[in-house]
Amino acid sequence: MRDVAVIGIGMTDFGECWNDSLRDLFVKAALQAMDESGADRLDSIYVGSMSPGLFCGQEHIGSLLSDYLGQAPVPAARVESACASGGLALRCGFFEVASGASDFVLCGGVEKMTDVSGAQATYALGTASDQDYEAFHGATFPGLYALIATAHMHKYGTKREDLAQVAVKNHENGLLNPHAQYRMKITVEQVINSVKVADPLNILDCSPITDGAAAVLLCPLEMTKKLSKKPIVKIAASAMATDTMALHQRKDITWLGSTAKAAESAYKKAGVKPGDIDFAEVHDCFTIAEICVLESLGVVEKGKGGEASRSGLTARDGKFPVNPSGGLKSKGHPVGATGIAQIYEIVTQLRGEAGKRQLKKANRGLAQNMGGSGGSAVVHILEVL
Amino acid sequence: MITPPVVRRNTPQRYRLEAGKCKKCGKVFFPPRLVCDKCQCREFEPYTLPSEGAVVTHTVIRTPPRGFSDEAPYCMGIVQLTDGTRLLCQIADCEPERLSVGLKVHLEFRRVQEAGESGVLAYGYKAVPER
Amino acid sequence: MIGIVGYGAYIPRYRIKVEEIAKVWGADAPSYKKGLMLREKSVPAPDQDTITIAVEAARNAVARSGIDPKKIGAVYVGSESHPYAVKPTGTAVAEALGAVEDCHCADLEFACKAGSEGMFIAFGLVKSGEVEYALGIGADTSQGAPGDALEYSASAGGAAFIMGAKDVAATIDGQFSFMSDTPDFWRREYMHYPRHGGRFTGDLAYFKHIRGGVEGMLKKAGAKPQDFKYCVFHQPNGKFPVKMAKELGFTEDQVKTGLLVPTLGNTYSGASPLGLTAILDEAKPNEKILMCSFGSGAGSDAFIYTCTDKLPEIQGKAKKTRYYLDTSPAYLDYGTYVKFRRKIRKNVED
Repeated sequence: MRDVAVIGIGMTDFGECWNDSLRDLFVKAALQAMDESGADRLDSIYVGSMSPGLFCGQEHIGSLLSDYLGQAPVPAARVESACASGGLALRCGFFEVASGASDFVLCGGVEKMTDVSGAQATYALGTASDQDYEAFHGATFPGLYALIATAHMHKYGTKREDLAQVAVKNHENGLLNPHAQYRMKITVEQVINSVKVADPLNILDCSPITDGAAAVLLCPLEMTKKLSKKPIVKIAASAMATDTMALHQRKDITWLGSTAKAAESAYKKAGVKPGDIDFAEVHDCFTIAEICVLESLGVVEKGKGGEASRSGLTARDGKFPVNPSGGLKSKGHPVGATGIAQIYEIVTQLRGEAGKRQLKKANRGLAQNMGGSGGSAVVHILEVL
Repeated sequence: MITPPVVRRNTPQRYRLEAGKCKKCGKVFFPPRLVCDKCQCREFEPYTLPSEGAVVTHTVIRTPPRGFSDEAPYCMGIVQLTDGTRLLCQIADCEPERLSVGLKVHLEFRRVQEAGESGVLAYGYKAVPER
Repeated sequence: MIGIVGYGAYIPRYRIKVEEIAKVWGADAPSYKKGLMLREKSVPAPDQDTITIAVEAARNAVARSGIDPKKIGAVYVGSESHPYAVKPTGTAVAEALGAVEDCHCADLEFACKAGSEGMFIAFGLVKSGEVEYALGIGADTSQGAPGDALEYSASAGGAAFIMGAKDVAATIDGQFSFMSDTPDFWRREYMHYPRHGGRFTGDLAYFKHIRGGVEGMLKKAGAKPQDFKYCVFHQPNGKFPVKMAKELGFTEDQVKTGLLVPTLGNTYSGASPLGLTAILDEAKPNEKILMCSFGSGAGSDAFIYTCTDKLPEIQGKAKKTRYYLDTSPAYLDYGTYVKFRRKIRKNVED
């Protein structure tokens, strides 16, 4: 397999994009990536999107978006793994380039969530859970993560403030991200006193409903110098793993097994250890998720995720910055776009182009993208050469 | 989905807690499956879950999904039954303040959902603590 | 010897007090409490209905009977508040118990006596040898019109009885029915709440038919009030059954164990059946029980039971009536009560 590089990136502003349709969002992000890449053609397109059918009544978006990007008859497919659809799109494109089958592959992600009511959006999101054994009983995603939070707090003594601190930290980062949906500072008290959603989670523990798209263009590493003058970013590893769909069937409710397995595989492929990663973009769909992900990535010991949040380890100036983009909480979470937006941030940091957000040490970054309550996880490691 | 075929197909599990037990390694599956995820065996014997257990983790849903707006706030939890099997369900007739890890519950027959005012009713199990 | 081989009760946990209802409608609570001899009533949670109540009562009956539910050959559920206008309650109960698939099933209606009808038919079916075991259930979650007198008493609960010929806990020594076409209380199709004939529902309905049922039963069996340790009549309020008992020659002592209405309300098809389960929970071998239901429209089913040595063995095998009635009730305010009972007009959900 040949080495694969990310040669172009693009993303729209994330938020309530009333004037942009699903097509508009995707095309805008894709054109940015294509324009800065220097590539003169596309060989293939992968689009990550959780449910254009339920959010927009539109399926078959591989074809739709290839068409609207002006790229038909290029092969194009939508791929789905709930909230990990974006990461999965990257993984598919990675293999197509690594295998030699294609040179220029566009991996994008898009979700248009505000054309339907909040109730319909929540319903659509809920289809990522076990329909007959979780959703049927009235479980919501905040509810499932709240069950994880209660268990984590009971087992490890994680505090309510530790969860809130994740949101506070991510908002501090998002304040500096021009694309972020919510660019405002919040405090731990505000988080804990915000509207209750599913005990112990409040609304400020939860990522929002967002419209947005992001895209990256991949090419074989050997071609990058010819095409671009920017620092070369290589995908050092692409890994994915699954776990039980239903939260109650996991061996340990507080452990994100699919993230752990995917990370283990990614570290192995990249020939690195957790300590060799400089920073990460992780899937903070809910504050507790970031805490559990830190443990499953092996960044901290099992049970110490709350402590890590409390200690400032994951702040922008900490030893292991997490979510310099603002994460899903502050940047927003247009479901299918998130996995690719994580790559956008990592590449920006690795290139040294993050401006006010720029991390001091950014040579190797990790993206962790997760589906549902952890039924699937996709991990990528990227390095600047 | 609360449609006639889905309601009918789920009845043995929702009404009678019918599960499957792997003939080779004994792992219990609720719902029953076609292949054991522990030992890959494809033969199972019928097995009925007990209806007593204890709460393993819990929450109170205050922002309900569609179909549950009249019930919010409602308690929800993962319950471990006396044979070790876990399932997720609402915890009914329980004040939020009473929720705790380890709370003893038994499963009762309740109306879980309806497909709107004129649609089919879907019954199933909810966990209820001692009065 | 044919009779009850298993019995079970179920009453929801929620309650509302007479004062709470009276306050909203500007009514005089003390006079309602005195006039109806009723303090509070049970309220079904939004996730409870006649089917769920019937299933739980039936599960208790199966537990007491010790039989394999597959052997139940007939399931009858009588109610005024079947969850579907068309689609049976009994099939859901049979399915939940595992009494499917070779089982006769029917839903019954006759105002408040629909429950005793199932018991009446179940006995006959077992006596004829048509089935080995038959299950008769009376359960209701009936509504009272807001602001109407019946709102104080219309409540929720159910009782189930498995009839068989083996290991009988209480023999059925006789049953007798008395009926006429009397429009004392009715609900036309598509109406939310029933209407009634006011004071007409007393003398020409309740009292006439229970009197007819009891007198007919006693005559048929050659029995007199003194033969019984317990009597239980339909209990729409606390006054009527006590007045009826006195008139028929029964004492307060005989009435008291089965009189649940003061803190339960009127569980309609579950009313006299739940009074019966409360009695069976405490009765001793050889004691006799007289039960007489009443359903508007109108009619009464009367039964005579004699407890056997088997009864004490099964009483403790499931939760007792008083457990459900007395343990940690949860009191509601009127707003939550009308929300639970879906009396609030809302937008159709998106």
